[in-house]
Amino acid sequence: MKIKRRDFLKGAAGCGVLAAVGQPANAEAKKKERLPGALGFLYDSTLCIGCQACMVGCKKANEMPVESSDLLPIWENPRDLSAKTLNVIKKFESGTGTNKDQETDGFAFVKRQCMHCVDPGCVSACPVSAMRKNPDTGVVTYNKDACIGCRYCQIACPFNIPKFQWDSAFPQIVKCQLCSHLLPKGEIPACCSSCPTGATVFGPTSELMAEAQRRQQMEPGKYYDYPVSSLDSGKNFSQKAASYVPQIYGENEVGGTQVLMLAGVPFSKLGLPELPEKSYASTAETIQHTIYKGMIAPIVVLAGLYYFVNRSQKDKD
Amino acid sequence: MRCRESGFDKIPGGVSRRDFLKVCTATAVYMGLPASFGPKIAAAATTAKKRPPVIWLSGQECTGCTETLLRATHPTVEHLILDLIALDYSETLNTGAGHQAEEYRAKSIEENKGKFILVVEGSIPVKDGGIYCKVAGKPVLEILKETAPKAAAVVAIGSCAAWGGVPSAGPNPTGATPAYKILEGTGIPVINIPGCPPNGYNFLSTVLYYVTFKKLPELDEKLRPKFAYGRLLHENCERRPHFDAGRFAEQFGDEGHRMGYCLYKLGCKGPETFNNCSTLRFNDMGTWPVNTGHPCFGCSEEGVGFNIPLHTPAEVKNITPSAVQTPITVDHGGGGSTGAVALAAGVAGAAIGAGIVALKKIDQTEKKQD
Amino acid sequence: MSEAKPVGGKVFTGPFLFFLVITLIGIYFLAKRFMFGIGAVSNMNDGFAWGIWITYDVVVGTAFACGGYSMALLVYVFNNGEYHPLVRPALLASMFGYTLAGVSVFIDIGRYWHIYNVFLPWFTNFNSVLLEVALCIAAYIAVLWIEFSPTFIEASTGTKSKVNKLLIFFIALGILLPTMHQSSLGSVMILAGNKLSPLWWTPALPLIFLISAITMGYTVVIFESTLSALGLKRPFETDILAKLSLVIPILLVIFLVVRFGDLLMRGQFGLAFSGDLQGNMFLLENILHIVPLVILASATNRKNAKMLFLSACCLMLGGLLFRFNTYLIGFNPGEGWNYFPAIGEQFITYTIISAEILLYMIFVKKLPVLESHGQAKV
Repeated sequence: MKIKRRDFLKGAAGCGVLAAVGQPANAEAKKKERLPGALGFLYDSTLCIGCQACMVGCKKANEMPVESSDLLPIWENPRDLSAKTLNVIKKFESGTGTNKDQETDGFAFVKRQCMHCVDPGCVSACPVSAMRKNPDTGVVTYNKDACIGCRYCQIACPFNIPKFQWDSAFPQIVKCQLCSHLLPKGEIPACCSSCPTGATVFGPTSELMAEAQRRQQMEPGKYYDYPVSSLDSGKNFSQKAASYVPQIYGENEVGGTQVLMLAGVPFSKLGLPELPEKSYASTAETIQHTIYKGMIAPIVVLAGLYYFVNRSQKDKD
Repeated sequence: MRCRESGFDKIPGGVSRRDFLKVCTATAVYMGLPASFGPKIAAAATTAKKRPPVIWLSGQECTGCTETLLRATHPTVEHLILDLIALDYSETLNTGAGHQAEEYRAKSIEENKGKFILVVEGSIPVKDGGIYCKVAGKPVLEILKETAPKAAAVVAIGSCAAWGGVPSAGPNPTGATPAYKILEGTGIPVINIPGCPPNGYNFLSTVLYYVTFKKLPELDEKLRPKFAYGRLLHENCERRPHFDAGRFAEQFGDEGHRMGYCLYKLGCKGPETFNNCSTLRFNDMGTWPVNTGHPCFGCSEEGVGFNIPLHTPAEVKNITPSAVQTPITVDHGGGGSTGAVALAAGVAGAAIGAGIVALKKIDQTEKKQD
Repeated sequence: MSEAKPVGGKVFTGPFLFFLVITLIGIYFLAKRFMFGIGAVSNMNDGFAWGIWITYDVVVGTAFACGGYSMALLVYVFNNGEYHPLVRPALLASMFGYTLAGVSVFIDIGRYWHIYNVFLPWFTNFNSVLLEVALCIAAYIAVLWIEFSPTFIEASTGTKSKVNKLLIFFIALGILLPTMHQSSLGSVMILAGNKLSPLWWTPALPLIFLISAITMGYTVVIFESTLSALGLKRPFETDILAKLSLVIPILLVIFLVVRFGDLLMRGQFGLAFSGDLQGNMFLLENILHIVPLVILASATNRKNAKMLFLSACCLMLGGLLFRFNTYLIGFNPGEGWNYFPAIGEQFITYTIISAEILLYMIFVKKLPVLESHGQAKV
């Protein structure tokens, strides 16, 4: 094909611009920090007795329909989170499954629900801001009036939390919203208020972090006071401290979460994924902002293209 | 009412045949045996050549365990017991006293060597040579040590005899010790029937089992008969659905308490206490602490009763988690049905086929065009 | 300018009727989807929230519709007027491809009655890659129809329209917009994070997707030109395609260098040989890119219609597999989640494809799209 050398060089330069623009440059999105008023709860798997009162409380408080399981045809056990279940207790079992909070021949419980991330993938993903992070409490809520049902939030959540109403002609996304309809009334999330042992305890994330660290220092086997329902409820239960895994899950995972977890068995055994410290949202947003910041690059490219196209038409005429 | 001729001679205690059979059948059922064993037990109980002798020793006890046996009224089991077994010695029920009672005890032990059942009620102090409990001038520790080797079996009735009970609560100044510990290493079979007091039928059933089958019922690692102590109270409690649904009484007299909700938050030790109070109940009237609105305090469980404070929450002992709880990994389906896979394969095959055909045609057409 | 004419001839041919039947079956399943929900026809689930409707109809569909984009780059930026005859059919395919991709989006999203929310400033989230994709594609569909308008005008008025300044602006836009959204279709999967296999997850995804899209554009031009000629019994445009197809091996080299360079830099190359499904699909995807590279490196092959078509098919499959791998096969939400498209779900995709073929057939026969006989050579 006949290309003039000048045109070829111009084209190559253009490609170079595209290539440079294709790499995430140094316009890093600033790492999001925990909001000062961030709310969440601390779930301690070693205190959890698998009573599932939190599942019942959640269904009641959020007016969710019952969901039966095909494990047994009873109402008490949905198999997993779903469009009808915002919060589920699952059990880990190994070998004979007789020792609580032990990895071999043991069992442990885990509570799964939205982690209310510091830098949520779902909030970054949603094209219409249906997933929104409250600027004060940091609670991640869902707005069905904005939602277009594209389900990108489901792709973007590293914990697979948002669920979709596949069987509805007018479907919504469904997930735990930290009972944000109760918080303005001064009440606490239903899973926290129904937990009898204090395994799920509500409070500001900064204080929950301090509480989690206090528990990591405890001597296994000794009795300690554990707060019940919320950190400031004034109610305590004296319980034996278990041997904790030296990790507070949610402290750093994908930028941190407002819901923190402690356990006596490795978190990977409880189905919680191993995640890097950098949130994927910050990676994606860095790329987007680098390329499109102020729409400068597109406009420059457009101007350049206009020039080339115009010239090609002139050559013709 | 006419009494039919029955196969039972000498029904003890003046009890009607119907009531007697009822008790024996109930006893069989409490032990987890089929109801058809009832008549067998009844036959054994009434045809024994000689009633099995029982020596009942008292250590540091409040006599509650004796009382629990005497409190039954439907039917009047105290007669039944006292006529079923030859209670040769009991400090509470002896007709005689003093030297006379002691002589009779010694005689009975000699006559029935190797055949009598030794019941121990109350714990045995061992500190300072056991001087904190003496009968007839002798420490009970010594009495037990000399009597037990001559017995066929030892039944430790009540928490005190089974693991120490109240007298052993910290700091245990008298060194109160359960019977089985005193008799450790002697090879003498010991059965523990803890409780404060235990249900009378637990004791009765054990004795009747022994009389009928000439062996002890299956025991757990704490020497307790499994038919009574094999399950946590929590597993059979009538308020369990409230526990499972997260409905709790938070304070005595509050809404939840009045509604009869679970007492876990008030410190109920049901989740860590092995006993059958929740099913067998007491006083022949179906009462037990929880259904009167007071949490169980684990009176029969070593380490719990008289040790963990009343309102401290129990450590929930799940032997294994319920089979209906969801595992970590769940299969959600979504895989292809045979039809779907076939359709996709068919379309893919057709596309590839069409491509090959197109290539051939292009080849032909190209050759024609050249 | 172009000497394009309607091809004429019967519309209701055998193939036409075949695709019509498929379209009608698909419409039945579409009705089911809208009446009873997505779950009534599809196997998509909370683990695999996107299935073949997004992966094929939107992502692969728009890639296959990059003919207009790639030709515009060549003709208007690199100033090669000799490829002009290929522009209108490429535009037509792009127009249909993108419009039907838009229709597929409407079918796939759950709350389709809110679709205009992406244009409302109080809802738009400019951090979202998907928003940019949506707005760009919407704008591009408009641009494509505008770019194609000279054809409509020619058909109705009989006169050739003059290219004016406004059209130049839209042509420029028509090059900018696909650059933006085809790369962003790669950025979309960055948020999948740990759920996407390291064989495909990389911050360089937008660049890789862009190079692939441009390559696909030329590939599709060859594919559709050959099929058109075969189906409409016209001469092959081998001469012009021979010159065009030189671009492809060059682009493929760039693609593979970036792809493997990135993979090696991240130290994930070993996964390709793990023997599991993802590893094997990665190998297949790259074989499907390397084979056409080898074939088209030879000038003799580039002058051979059969070799051109074979390479085009390989590359179309390669591009398809690359996108399927990035969005579906390389995606693993965790244990216990499976996905294979259900029958109704597949039919809806086949309907979209059939509809495009039907519309293409109608348009080339009724509108001045293809060059008339004898004008294919330069």
